[in-house]
Formats: sequence, C-alpha cells, structure tokens
Amino acid sequence: MDGNSKRLMQGNEACVEGAITAGMRFFAGYPITPSTEIAEISAARLPRIGGKFIQMEDEIASISVVIGASLAGKKAMTATSGPGFSLKQEGIGYAIMAEVPCVIVNVQRGGPSTGLPTSPAQGDIMQARWGTHGEHSIIALYPSTVREIFDTTIRAFNLAEKYRTPVILLMDEVIAHMREAVELPNKDEIEIYNRKKPSVSPEEYKPYKVLEGDIVPEMANIGEGYRYHVTGLMHDESGAPTNDNNIAEEQILRIVNKINNNVDDIVDYEEYKLDDAEEVIIAFGATARSAKSTVDILRDKGRKVGLFKPITIWPSPQKQVLELAKKMKRIIVVEMNMGQYLLEVERIAGKYTEVLGYGRVNGELITPMEIAKFVEEG
Amino acid sequence: MGNNLIEKYYRTERLPHIWCPGCGNGIVLRAIVKAIDNLGVNKDEVCVVSGIGCSSRATGYLDFNTVHTTHGRALAFATGIKFANPDLYVIVITGDGDCAAIGGNHLIHAARRNIDITTVVFNNNIYGMTGGQYSPTTPTGDKGTTAPYGNIDPNFDLCELAKSAGATYVSRSTVYGANMITKQVEEGIKNKGFSFIEAMTICPTYYGRKNRKGDAPDMINQLKEMTINIDAYNKLPQEQRIGKIAIGELYKEPREEYIEKYNRLMNSF
Repeated sequence: MDGNSKRLMQGNEACVEGAITAGMRFFAGYPITPSTEIAEISAARLPRIGGKFIQMEDEIASISVVIGASLAGKKAMTATSGPGFSLKQEGIGYAIMAEVPCVIVNVQRGGPSTGLPTSPAQGDIMQARWGTHGEHSIIALYPSTVREIFDTTIRAFNLAEKYRTPVILLMDEVIAHMREAVELPNKDEIEIYNRKKPSVSPEEYKPYKVLEGDIVPEMANIGEGYRYHVTGLMHDESGAPTNDNNIAEEQILRIVNKINNNVDDIVDYEEYKLDDAEEVIIAFGATARSAKSTVDILRDKGRKVGLFKPITIWPSPQKQVLELAKKMKRIIVVEMNMGQYLLEVERIAGKYTEVLGYGRVNGELITPMEIAKFVEEG
Repeated sequence: MGNNLIEKYYRTERLPHIWCPGCGNGIVLRAIVKAIDNLGVNKDEVCVVSGIGCSSRATGYLDFNTVHTTHGRALAFATGIKFANPDLYVIVITGDGDCAAIGGNHLIHAARRNIDITTVVFNNNIYGMTGGQYSPTTPTGDKGTTAPYGNIDPNFDLCELAKSAGATYVSRSTVYGANMITKQVEEGIKNKGFSFIEAMTICPTYYGRKNRKGDAPDMINQLKEMTINIDAYNKLPQEQRIGKIAIGELYKEPREEYIEKYNRLMNSF
C-alpha cells in the first residue's frame, strides 16, 4: 500500500500492513481475542500477493509452522494473546536456540488463564522477557499508536532478520482495536532488512559460525543447496548436537550477547516534555497514551512532569533510564499490572532516585486523571 | 551396496549413532534412505524433519536438509517448510510417543489437510529416550517403567487413526522386512498428499527387557510372527485375526493436495 492518503485504520490492521510492507509472506495463527483481526486480515491479503496463510490446529502448531516457513526462506509471523502466548513459549525457545527469525505478536488481555478476554492488560511484560525456559535474551517491542504499530511491526521484522531471533511485538486490547487516522510512509522512506545469505560455498558453510565483522551467522534457506542440520539441542558451529560444556557456554553467550551487546541499535523510545522535567512517568502501550495526557494536565497546573515511553521493552533502555534516574526527583512507572516493569526500572534507577509504581489489574484502562491524582498525592 | 548408501547419504563424521545395540531404528533409517536413492531425488531437494525421541535423532545423521524440532511438532514444522517451499520433498521421521501422544493433534490435522508430506513412524511401543515409559502404542497389559503392573490403556492403531483423519496413503511394515519399508516410503513419496507409514521396530533395551521379549533377533522374529499381509489378513475369518497385525499397503485414495488447493485459490485472483 502506498502512503500519503490519510485513512482510518485499526491497530491490528496496521500490524498486518506493516508486516506485509516488511516482507511478510507467511502467516500462521489460531483464533484468539483480541488478536484475531490480524489473522483475518492476513487471510484476506496474503493469497492476493503470493503469500501463504494457514490457520493451524493450535497455538503451538502456529509458532512451529512459522519457524518452519522462516527456515525455508519466508518472512513469517504469528499473532496471539495471553493464553496462546503461554503455549508458544516452546517454539519461541526453539527459535532462539536455532536462531530463526520470526515475529510473534501478543495482544495482551486480562489474565491469568482465560482471564478477561476482551479487556486490556499489560500483564505479559515479564513473560515476554522470561516466558521460555533457559538462559536467553529477547527483543520485545511495544507501540502505542496505530501509526507506530505499522512502523514497529516493520522494525520487528528487521530486527528479527538482523539478529536472527524471534521478536515479540507486544500490543494490548486498546491499541489493537483502536482506530486512528493514519498517514503511512511512502515505500522509499521505509528501510527493509533481509537476512544475510551465505557468502561461502556449501562445502565451506558452517551454519552457526559468525564471520568476522558480522553479528550473527549467515543464514541459508532450506532448499538453496546448503544442506545443514537445525536442532533445538545445544550444537556446535556445524549444527551438530553436542554436550561439550565449553561449546555450550560459547554458544549460549554468543546467542545472549548478540542482543545484549547491541542494545543501542535495538532500543527505541519516545520522550515527551522531558527537557525541563523534574519528575518522569514511564509508561508504554495504551497506558502511555493516558500518561501523555497526564503530563499535559499537570503541566497546565505548573508541575514539571514529562513522559518516557520505551518502545523497545526488552532489552530495556537501561542507559536512558539511568540518565533519567540521575536527573529526576521521581520516576513513576504506570502499567496495567502490579509492577512488572517497575522491577526493571527499580533495578536500574532505584539507587539514584525515588521510583514509584502505579498499576491496575481489573481490565480497565488507566485514565489520565487517575495518573495525575497519583502523581499529585503519591 | 549398504556402505554406498552410508557414504552417499549419511553425515559419516557424525557416526557412530546414539542408538543401543539391537535397536531397530537403523534398519528403518536405511530403508528410508534406500527409497530416496531408488527415486533418484536430489539431496538438496529433500528435507527430513523429526521431533524428539530416539527415532527423531535420525535427522542428525542424514546428509539432507534436516530439522530436529521440538517434541511432537515435527509435522507442524514440516507443514511450514513444505508450504513455504512446495518444491521440497518433505519427509517426517517420528516415534510413537512423538507422533501419537504429544503430537497427536498435528498428525490428525496434517492428514486432514492432505499436505504432501511423507511421515514414517518408528513404532517401538515405548518411550526409549527417557528410559522405557509406556506409550500410546504399548499393548494393553505390557509393562513400562510407568506401568510397573501392566499398562491399562488401550493401545492406538496408528494406521486406522491416519486413515480416518484423511491420509491418502497408509501402510505398515516391520523391521523384519526392510524392503517392504523401502517400497512403502517410495510409494509414500510418490503419493501427492499426506502419506503415513508405520514402521514397526524393536527396542530390546527397554520394551524388550521389561516384557521379557528376548534379544533383538527374538524380537524381530516376533514381529514376523505377529504380522500378516493385508490380503491374507482380509481372507482370515474374524476369530483368527485376533492377535494378528496386518502389514502392507492398507489404504490408498488420492484426493486434492492442500498446497494445490491453495495455489488454485491464489491463482483465482
């Protein structure tokens, strides 16, 4: 789709448009509220542009089929909500271990379990970080406007391809179902990153060896003449399973550090009225929308408040939060949970400034006035 | 001949394999490789996908595109690979626990779609990798480490399951007659649709020992004794079928393949 013309678009729709723009040609999913429109729109759009859509028998099958499609060369995505996100952790772990690029959308709803299927929540912040077992790093992004959903979905694919990793795109029921007038960028303004193909012959190719100057191993797609082994077992550079403790340590550190050593490249955030601020609210997704209004409300009353909105949730914007910690009298973390990101902010900022948290878990959006009251009285 | 196959199709640097002495998995694996060789398919066009368990370790030893996936999900991964690149010959290697327990749902739905994947189940009636627990195909009454007093579950007829779910080629063979496995895998690959081959194999280490079945040659002979060709089986009176397992080509009924249908939809725009 070409940009320029302004149109009314739903969050979930913007996600699909962004994905297709990024090159998504494979989607697999399982119906679940409030993410279902992503599957529905993909089902309508993909067959028309030579892409593949498949509705799988369950959530685990959906992530598995997406990993298979990515190994065979397609940019692939699946979308779900809390209960399905729990089930997909198995596949996410595999994609981390085997270094398979893919995008997993989690439109958060109230939990635990079936919870509040049609209500917003932000209770999966820590699950996005630590949901799958074993030591790992992860990239999780969280937009808060419809246009930002479009842009961030593209970014999710780019980062997945660049770092050969699953990328979690967090949303919530509010931004997924919200409609906003958006103006999409022109194609030539959009940067698309594609996985780096082998620069060596099949005989020389080592599927898990990082060449000098690269961040990740070059990736051959299945069927391109580079026959190699993909496994969720610990493996050496050739892809062969191994129990060697030294190789295990080397590989795990490499997989974790390819993200941890590139935080500056991965981190994205928005600042609002922070220049002269003495207090900062940290919020993301739908809550950041409320918090932005809160800043305006309190500024009208003469209070020097600003907003820091992480768009990259994981790895956390540690450097930026630390700078805030050293400047601000207080940091207030507002989220639709009981303090999940608060833990991370406290870890980074707790030594330097006061960190407070405000949360809500009843399925209602946190309002600007509510946040303002907390800032004034809290 | 056998050594030629090993040189040609195995990652010889990864041998020896992890399977126990007397295990039947090597026989099934060789039969699969022989089928691929007989068909003259280019190695680059073959993708072998497996799950978790003893048999699923096979992919590590094969010089094709190989994907060793998570427990039970081989068919889901394979569906993604085949759907993304329909030019590939996709073969799934799985076991009775992998395919019929944790992966049962994926088996049913891959068969229902009739996607062009050839599935070979190495059925050894036990969870071998974890040390001998009863599986969905452990015969009722037989023992496993988690069925110390005998298994009270009824055991699955995997071929009936695959057929009912929509597979368009279904067959069964045993490691007593490896050539039959080869023939069936060839037919399975040639079938444009979902093919299901149950290769009955032996686990002397766990299933055999727990159930006093003797050593590997004894167990292979038992497979010979308990099985009967499907044509002969059909001629037997009902009461003589008890305790006998039919082998051979059990079902073949072509119908439109999943990706062909999808392509038809894509081309309609």
